[in-house]
Amino acid sequence: MFCRPAYKQYDDCEVLPVKVTFPHMGHAWICLSAMLEYLGVSVVVPPPSSKRTLTLGVKHGPEFACLPLKLNLGNFIEAREAGADTVLMAGGCGPCRFGYYAQVEHAILEDLGHHYRLVVMEPPQRHIGELLAKIKYVTGQSSWWQVVQGIRFGYCKARAVDELEMAAHRLRPREAVPGATSAAFKDALRVVVQAGRPADMPAAVARAREIMAAVAVEARPVLRVGIVGEIYTLLEPFANLDIERRLGELGVEVDRSIYLSEWINDHLFLGLLRNMRSRRAACRAAAPYLNHCVGGHGQETVGSTVLYARAGYDGVIQLLPFTCMPEIVAHSILPRLDIPTLTLTMDEQSGEAGLVTRLEAFVDLLEQRGKRRVSLPAAAPA
Amino acid sequence: MKPKVGIPRALLYYYYFPLWRAFFQSLGAEVSLSGPTNKTVLGRGLKQAGDDVCLPVKLAFGHILELAGRVDYLFLPRLVSVAPGEYICPKFLGLPDMVRQTVDGLPPLIDTTVDLYRRHSSLWPTFARTGQRLKCGRWLVYAAYRRALAEQGRFESLLRAGRPPEQAMALAARDGNEQPPETAEQPLVAVIGHPYNIYDHYISMNLLQRLRAAGVRPVTAEMLSEETVRREAATLPKRLFWTLSRRMTGAAFYYLRDARVQGMIHVASFACGPDSITGELIERRARREGHVPFLNLTLDEHTGEAGVVTRLEAFLDMLQRCRGGGVPAAGPCRDGAPAAGTEETAGRAGCALPALVPSAAGGGNFR
Ligand code: SF4
Ligand code: SF4
Repeated sequence: MFCRPAYKQYDDCEVLPVKVTFPHMGHAWICLSAMLEYLGVSVVVPPPSSKRTLTLGVKHGPEFACLPLKLNLGNFIEAREAGADTVLMAGGCGPCRFGYYAQVEHAILEDLGHHYRLVVMEPPQRHIGELLAKIKYVTGQSSWWQVVQGIRFGYCKARAVDELEMAAHRLRPREAVPGATSAAFKDALRVVVQAGRPADMPAAVARAREIMAAVAVEARPVLRVGIVGEIYTLLEPFANLDIERRLGELGVEVDRSIYLSEWINDHLFLGLLRNMRSRRAACRAAAPYLNHCVGGHGQETVGSTVLYARAGYDGVIQLLPFTCMPEIVAHSILPRLDIPTLTLTMDEQSGEAGLVTRLEAFVDLLEQRGKRRVSLPAAAPA
Repeated sequence: MKPKVGIPRALLYYYYFPLWRAFFQSLGAEVSLSGPTNKTVLGRGLKQAGDDVCLPVKLAFGHILELAGRVDYLFLPRLVSVAPGEYICPKFLGLPDMVRQTVDGLPPLIDTTVDLYRRHSSLWPTFARTGQRLKCGRWLVYAAYRRALAEQGRFESLLRAGRPPEQAMALAARDGNEQPPETAEQPLVAVIGHPYNIYDHYISMNLLQRLRAAGVRPVTAEMLSEETVRREAATLPKRLFWTLSRRMTGAAFYYLRDARVQGMIHVASFACGPDSITGELIERRARREGHVPFLNLTLDEHTGEAGVVTRLEAFLDMLQRCRGGGVPAAGPCRDGAPAAGTEETAGRAGCALPALVPSAAGGGNFR
């Protein structure tokens, strides 16, 4: 039952062969292409987001659009060059801009002469029938059983990638040889990517774990910092200038408030998998400060910060794209919470030099504060 | 002693002030409105609100600070949704929290939620809770609610007849039968923007007055009926889920097809999320249809008045040249324009604003 279904031909109908692409968001492509390829869909993964991607997006996108929209647009233009003809995207029904991304991007692409077929997966809370029809459209002749297996396979990969990322976050500040963690992470990731069938997953995961476990570490004190904010900027290293690696190298163990598999559980499985961290806890924690959903991850940002403060973290960093509405609401509330926070606004002008300086200053501050906290346990919060 | 309820002259004051004012006054409260925007008010808002926040919200902070010291309550409803299936903007959802967490020394906030997201929801629960906060009896609150809806209804028909909001507010309160404003045969220019940008004299740098002084009549989204804008916005590939932006987009599409409209000015706030999306949709449509000259003005606290005036004058000059029948010097000119829209700009049936008032006619939903 795990064998790959034969590739579906569309030659018997008017639909042209579909080459599907999707926007990048960190490692999400691993999970998405695993799922689609398992279902026999041919996939064009856009080239990794780069300066060129951004330049293309900035040139053709609206000036005040948020950074993810611009990068998406760049991804689509580059995927077009690689031969993609269908865009697969998630939708939404507000209040945030994301729900209208696909349509605006499509209009821009049309005006540029890139004619894409657009398949937008609107949230299942609303038109479940429409969603199923779209899945059927993309996956062709696959049976529902195969679709479910495909989704499981993709989810499995997301879990594996997340586990590797968490391991890297733990190891990096403690590594004996600088750079060893990042190298091992790259190798381990490749092993997971290469697992072509669900049956290969257990062996691949075991192998990837071994690779990570082989990183030599030293016992040393580390700072613990939580990273919160807008999901795309959190998950996409290109958009956040690889902040997790940079912090790790500064001796900080980071925890991200949301991982891909958690997002899939919250938004695609509607939080049905119970044994994992869910946005509900964060929203509950946010209630005294921000008592209403504000779209995007605004409420989760506030809530996760509260939870990090309770868990004794040293600090929290909030990431947001310039003009991101929900995070701006959250940003005005963060200073009231009892934990040092640093807010980094990312846009096409964000430079590495500026980021490094700010991170170093923040880490210094946390170290000073940590020492004071140790020597003066009763000190008032700074 | 009458409690004093403060209402900031900002954001959706321009749409709903008559509703709120009539309600509080009928409950025996005194309504205190912050003064017109000026340099001081804006300056205080800029200092208080974060850098990344859009100009209208910064300005709202300024108005709130102006009121804070002199009222007993501050009315700052959480405007989640004013039409089924739609929101306003994430910042409206979070505004009461943003204010509470960043401003010290506030009077008690009345931040009842306005949420008409679900079909058939009504405003009554919002008003009932607001009345409770002021410790008023349920029947008194209900009577006040009905009066408020009636006044809002009058206000909206005045808006539709082409009155600017502040004039319409004054007239609605007097309940008089006023003459409709002069509608001489003047060239029309559509001004598309959030009400709190285009109707604030200070923020818009008197844009509307300048247009009138130049002999053109500005027309706005508020002058169109809800049906018209809905029908026009329905030509989008997907329903827009922000009420204000849907109205603006629908109105822009309508005016683009109206043969009497000679130009269009889109007024956006710097760093406004919804504007970045709808501005793009409108501008692309305008360019594709290509016969109405289009001017995009982005307002922020650093916008110099001189720059705006220069651009506006250049734009008006161009329109004038188009009208003179000469060859347009810059930009496209109307040629072979499509037939005028099917509706008159003035005196339409229906309701200018999202279904707040129609329910007033048929018994309140006492829930
Ligand atoms: S959450 Fe922020 S970045 Fe994402 S779509 Fe909304 S406004 Fe844009
Ligand atoms: S709609 Fe735009 S201008 Fe209005 S509050 Fe939202 S972001 Fe600000």
